[in-house]
Amino acid sequence: MSLDTLPRAMRNNHRRARPPGRRWRSRLDVKAMPYALVSPYFILFAAFGLFPLAFTLYYSLYDYDLTGTTEWAGLDNYAALLADSAFWRATLNTVSMFLLATIPQMLLALFLANALNKRLRFRLAIRMSVLLPLVTSVVAVAVVFTQLFARDWGLVNYLLGLAGVDPTNWRAERIPSWIAIATMVDWRWTGYNAIIFLAGMQTIPRDLYEAASIDGASRRRQFWQITLPMLRPTMIFVVLNSTIGGLTLFSEPMTFYNGNPDGGSQGQFQTVAMFVYKEAFREFDYGYASAAAWLLFLLILIGAAINFLFVRRIGGTK
Amino acid sequence: MTVWKPTVLTRVLLGLAIFLSAFPLYWMLVIASRTNSDAVASPPRFLPGGNLGHNIVAVLTHPEAQFLQGLANSFIVASVVTFSVIIISTLAGFAFANLSFKGRNALLLLVLLTMAVPLQQMGVVPLYRLMVSLEWTGTLKAVILPYLLNGFGVFLMTQYTRQSVPMELVEAARVDGAATLRIWWNVVLPAVRPGMAVLGINTFMLMWNDYMWPLIVLNQDNPTVQIAINSLNARFSTEYSLIFAGTALSIIPLVLVFVLFGRQIVGGLMEGAVKA
Repeated sequence: MSLDTLPRAMRNNHRRARPPGRRWRSRLDVKAMPYALVSPYFILFAAFGLFPLAFTLYYSLYDYDLTGTTEWAGLDNYAALLADSAFWRATLNTVSMFLLATIPQMLLALFLANALNKRLRFRLAIRMSVLLPLVTSVVAVAVVFTQLFARDWGLVNYLLGLAGVDPTNWRAERIPSWIAIATMVDWRWTGYNAIIFLAGMQTIPRDLYEAASIDGASRRRQFWQITLPMLRPTMIFVVLNSTIGGLTLFSEPMTFYNGNPDGGSQGQFQTVAMFVYKEAFREFDYGYASAAAWLLFLLILIGAAINFLFVRRIGGTK
Repeated sequence: MTVWKPTVLTRVLLGLAIFLSAFPLYWMLVIASRTNSDAVASPPRFLPGGNLGHNIVAVLTHPEAQFLQGLANSFIVASVVTFSVIIISTLAGFAFANLSFKGRNALLLLVLLTMAVPLQQMGVVPLYRLMVSLEWTGTLKAVILPYLLNGFGVFLMTQYTRQSVPMELVEAARVDGAATLRIWWNVVLPAVRPGMAVLGINTFMLMWNDYMWPLIVLNQDNPTVQIAINSLNARFSTEYSLIFAGTALSIIPLVLVFVLFGRQIVGGLMEGAVKA
């Protein structure tokens, strides 16, 4: 029963029954409390989100040296970065590893999700097993894979040797090191993305498939022409997530070189995030590191935009 | 009726996926339970050995690693962050979902935008300098505080509260004279418990795994477990049985969480994916 159905006199009575102080307090409660409830988040956001972001921009305009003196540098740090071959190498490494990891990962996750979408026994157990890699720690995974990819006694080289392939020095060479790191990333995230895709697949109405079957479309055709286009919203989410994660890659390549931000003897697998870390916390060049952090952000924006356009085309007009 | 029966190819693919998912963990156990010379033997040893206890004791008592301290610290950091993020997110989620106030939509949009920016990576330098000037480096405070900011949590709890707490329930409680905080405690919290569980599990795992930020603000005398492994790996990178025993220890809490809450993790992920 709502208040409006009560006679006016009763309603007034109801109000008057409360002491005046309490009414004032309850008005304050209704008006101000919502702001109080959201304020912890926004105070934290100001302190640990907005402040560091703004100061990264500020630092990037100054020149820091080891003696602690600072000097206005304008855009010099940015100009120096764009002329720094080490920065471009880190960018190339990051983008290459990102592509090398993401493309197979998306395809595998799609096929895995399609397989998981069948009528299966032990459904929960199977879903949990493909998620297992996600609940292991990143550093632990990287340690294990670094050993698997070791040159002299690693299992990967041993198995390749059985197939007659000469041992590869996974860490010393550029493209092999990218492959090893991309493998670590994919091992961890393929199952997770498959589960997300599966969730998306289960929202696709089944009558679409039934209609297609009646029209004689094969299962394979149904996958490409119904499942994939209908998965577009899920795919935007997954691809965006992988883009942010992939372009800020740090833990795996760090651990692959035993916790050293150089990323191999020639920097062959140093990522931009590692570059930022090295400049800031080993060279103490805060201005340079901050400028690199902003360029990394720019890279993420570009990556996100390209992915977005690409995904939009996938389900396009077919 | 469409046939959704799995084909042989599907079964093979699934079998392979399960094998590949489990193998590196099995391998971790094999190396962690053998001697170091077994770890570099050719052909490789594929079965676990009897050295697990010895290796675990060795890693726990290793003077360079502070491994026990690392486990305890990771537990403290992950628990404090998880608890705080749940409180902050359920409060804000309730306000965004059930209360009306000026600027609500703009503020919610701001939360969504912050989710897209990798703040922890972008702001490391000023954050580090802030911790230095507060003389907090080397302490767990420095690790915990930046992670209390969790836009995903607020977003998730807003969605969850919207779906599980009807406006009528809030209105009714208000007519009964309940203040906002009382409504949050007595009406909202009991209704959003499953969402809190998903957020809690997520946050705990994220914090347990965190590597870059503790590496920057902590030192080796007072590490989290990931930093303890990193120290071992940096100095004794070929002592595989020792390091693998450490990594095996480091994932036990996560495996426990997974075994206990596996159903919720899978369910939460799938629900979250469709809502997002």
